[in-house]
Amino acid sequence: MELFGDPAVWLPLAFAGLMGLSILIYVVLDGFDLGVGLLFPFAEDAEKDRMVASIGPFWDANETWLVMAIGLLLVAFPTAHGAILTALYLPVAVMLIGLILRGVAFEFRAKAPLPHKGKWNAAFLVGSLMTSLSQGFMLGLYIMGLQYTLATVIFGAITALGLTIAYSFIGATWLILKTDGALQKNAVEWAKGGIWGIVLGLGAVSAASPLVSPRIWDKWFSVPEIFLLAPLPIMSLALIALLWVALRRLPTRDDSFAWFPFACGTALFVLAFFGLAYSFYPYVVPEQLTLYEAASAPESLMIILIGAVIVIPVIIAYSILAYTVFRGKATELRYD
Amino acid sequence: MDTLILSRIQFGANISFHILFPTITIALGWVLLFFKLRFNATGDEKWMQAYRFWVKVFALSFAMGVVSGITMSFQFGTNWPGFMETVGNIAGPLLAYEVLTAFFLEAAFLGIMLFGFSRVPGWLHTTATFLVAFGTTLSAFWILVLNSWMHTPAGFEMRDGVAHATDWMAIIFNPSMPYRLTHMLLASGLTVAFLIAGFSALRWLMGDKGAEVRATLRFGAWMGAALIPVQIFMGDLHGLNTLEHQPAKVAAMEGNWETRSNVPLLLFALPDEETRSNNFEVGIPNGASLILKHSADGVVPGLNDFVLEDGTVKHPPVAPVFWSFRVMVGTGLAMLALSWSAVFLMRRQRGPEGLPKLWLYGFVGMAFSGWIATLAGWYTTEIGRQPWLVNGVMTTAQAVADVPAGMVASTLFAYLAVYAALIVAYMGVLTYLARKAARGEGVPTREAPLAPEATVRALQPGE
Ligand code: HDD
Ligand code: HEM
Ligand code: HEM
Repeated sequence: MELFGDPAVWLPLAFAGLMGLSILIYVVLDGFDLGVGLLFPFAEDAEKDRMVASIGPFWDANETWLVMAIGLLLVAFPTAHGAILTALYLPVAVMLIGLILRGVAFEFRAKAPLPHKGKWNAAFLVGSLMTSLSQGFMLGLYIMGLQYTLATVIFGAITALGLTIAYSFIGATWLILKTDGALQKNAVEWAKGGIWGIVLGLGAVSAASPLVSPRIWDKWFSVPEIFLLAPLPIMSLALIALLWVALRRLPTRDDSFAWFPFACGTALFVLAFFGLAYSFYPYVVPEQLTLYEAASAPESLMIILIGAVIVIPVIIAYSILAYTVFRGKATELRYD
Repeated sequence: MDTLILSRIQFGANISFHILFPTITIALGWVLLFFKLRFNATGDEKWMQAYRFWVKVFALSFAMGVVSGITMSFQFGTNWPGFMETVGNIAGPLLAYEVLTAFFLEAAFLGIMLFGFSRVPGWLHTTATFLVAFGTTLSAFWILVLNSWMHTPAGFEMRDGVAHATDWMAIIFNPSMPYRLTHMLLASGLTVAFLIAGFSALRWLMGDKGAEVRATLRFGAWMGAALIPVQIFMGDLHGLNTLEHQPAKVAAMEGNWETRSNVPLLLFALPDEETRSNNFEVGIPNGASLILKHSADGVVPGLNDFVLEDGTVKHPPVAPVFWSFRVMVGTGLAMLALSWSAVFLMRRQRGPEGLPKLWLYGFVGMAFSGWIATLAGWYTTEIGRQPWLVNGVMTTAQAVADVPAGMVASTLFAYLAVYAALIVAYMGVLTYLARKAARGEGVPTREAPLAPEATVRALQPGE
């Protein structure tokens, strides 16, 4: 396999790409269903069933992308995997317990005796909150090079808040797409509020990462990079403006454009993701370990790559099947 | 306590919690497919009712399995970074193939299986049910390949302290894999058989003697009766295989200190590692030699062979292995006695009416016996591998993460609290579902239109 040159060079890159793709898909997909959980306190009890119904058939597959991302990190960059996860030991534990609470509350709230439903609703909210806060905190700490100081923890707190609001934003746009009537109107209001969180989160990350890292500063603010990269922030601002305009006009009478905020939100996530990926390349552990140093043996990566290339299109095909079966407005979920 | 022992407890707690739910979903998926196919073939509504009841149990167990599985996939990095650094080239691809081929398959089709009944054509719903069952079995296959490789590593070479794969066929079909996989799949089948029989017996005792309960009670008892002899036979083969590859483990299971012939099969003993002998032995003369070597004067390895000149102990802790093995085998024998006598009684009387109350209570009491045997079996296997993490390649102590003990202790405490609460909730909800079904609620038939208030109850999302 000399087709692409030296596999020790391009294989780690291919795996970094696959891992990035999984993280991106995870953040968008689990983002919207975590977001739906985060919006629970604003919803009426009757609406909650509807909200859960809108994510019911999807959440398991959405979370599988997290398993995939962490699995790829584990198999492709074992040393980085150990370094990152031991540094993030506590937030990871918080996230895992959050995911546990959330995933089971989902089932229990519908099956437990009615008087217990309120408790499981609360567990669903707390679980979603623990998950998104800890993920945001880990993102912040990762940007800061996995060091614990007062400044990095404060920054982590800001990104925790930012990501949580971003998730509830994309959750609200999902509800605009999947519901109608009063709930849809509420969702539009929630999305309007969420935009500010996006602005805050994106702003904090964009401002802080070049400031903490001279390397990132150079990557963005030297000529000609600054001109080549300018479209990223400009497009993000344009999307935010578009969203702002669109949300004032939604829901439309014939429900056209209900998909628009979700699409814009996804595009924003994608742009932010590329910005981050550009900043960090070629590091997997910022400023410590490049992806070439961390990669495992080429033969093992090749075995996985062959499998991935064959299987991922199939996965995408049956994910599309699942989303097609449950397209349209969310209705009650039943087993018959 | 230090980080190592705390990390081991934490890993043991997490994997023990995780395994409970796949044990149910692996076999229950196939049982649901069976119910569905029976309904397709006979049109008898009782099979669809059984499907609808047990699909709820499946959905709940699946969710528990998924969330605890996600915890598992992080444990390698947070607690055992040395594991992936040393054997990542082998463990990595196996785990990756599990995610790629199994997890996505089951996750994508689970939605259709659970909520798609009235949205997709019947054949697609049946296919989705099949794919979910197939996916759970496939994930058991991959993870057991990895686990078996840790017990009987093959097809690799060490370069600079890192394992490199040389022969993937030898890695996948490593010597203990076929035994462990078969034994685990049968364990899953038995767990589900006794779960179904147990909850059907509960409903029967509550006066619910309809066609559905009659069918599932018989089904569970028959399934248990059919699988248990096979399981005992497979367990014996598994033990012989272990004798060949991990003699120290077998010596601990038998509680045998000296290598010798005419070793008794111990029914009771208190192994003492200080004096290196057993107290209060009760045994069947020549039993262990007969089982392991098929002759009364067969020579059975002893634990003292695994102590180095300088006194370092290279065998596993004896008492936990010895006792968990006995718990597993004891549960298996109890399963044999109950299921065979029940099937016999039911055949004589043509159905569950033939079962005395005591037998019904027996089934209720044994509803979760599969969990006990499975956990005991895993403890035998895993503790029996100590001090090795990968047999002969790396020890558990070499893999442990460099995190403060306090951090491991606090997260361990949090996990344990969550797990305890969830186990209670899980068992409680299963019992509640059985009660509700026994009262005739919650399992609506598609033919019979529902009363208005019943419609409101039945339309709860996710139900
Ligand atoms: C319903 C569950 C169940 C039942 C009734 C039994 N087992 Fe088992 N056993 C398991 C569930 C299990 C398990 C959880 O699946 C294990 C743990 C790891 C493995 O491969 O299977 C196991 C492990 C295990 C091992 C250890 C293998 C090793 O060295 O790694 C042996 C020797 C046996 N079994 C033998 C038996 C015998 C002789 C049984 C006779 C009654 C028996 N098992 C009943
Ligand atoms: C599913 C059922 C399993 C159970 C109940 C189980 C249980 C345990 C227990 C109790 C220990 C602790 C042994 C000791 O401290 O002496 C252990 C160790 C370990 N097992 Fe398993 N195990 C299971 C499956 C697996 C699988 C599938 C893997 C890997 C793929 C695995 C990997 C490990 C590792 C890494 C350790 C080392 C840490 C330690 O000694 O605690 N186990 N397991
Ligand atoms: C260290 C060991 C293990 C890891 C890292 C692990 C990881 C996982 C993960 C991440 C999931 C969720 C998949 C999803 O998102 O759908 C899962 C589910 C599952 N696991 Fe494990 N697991 C381990 C041990 C085991 C063992 C020992 C078995 C069985 C013998 C097993 C069988 C399954 C099955 C059948 C599922 C399917 C989903 C379910 O029914 O819950 N796993 N596992």
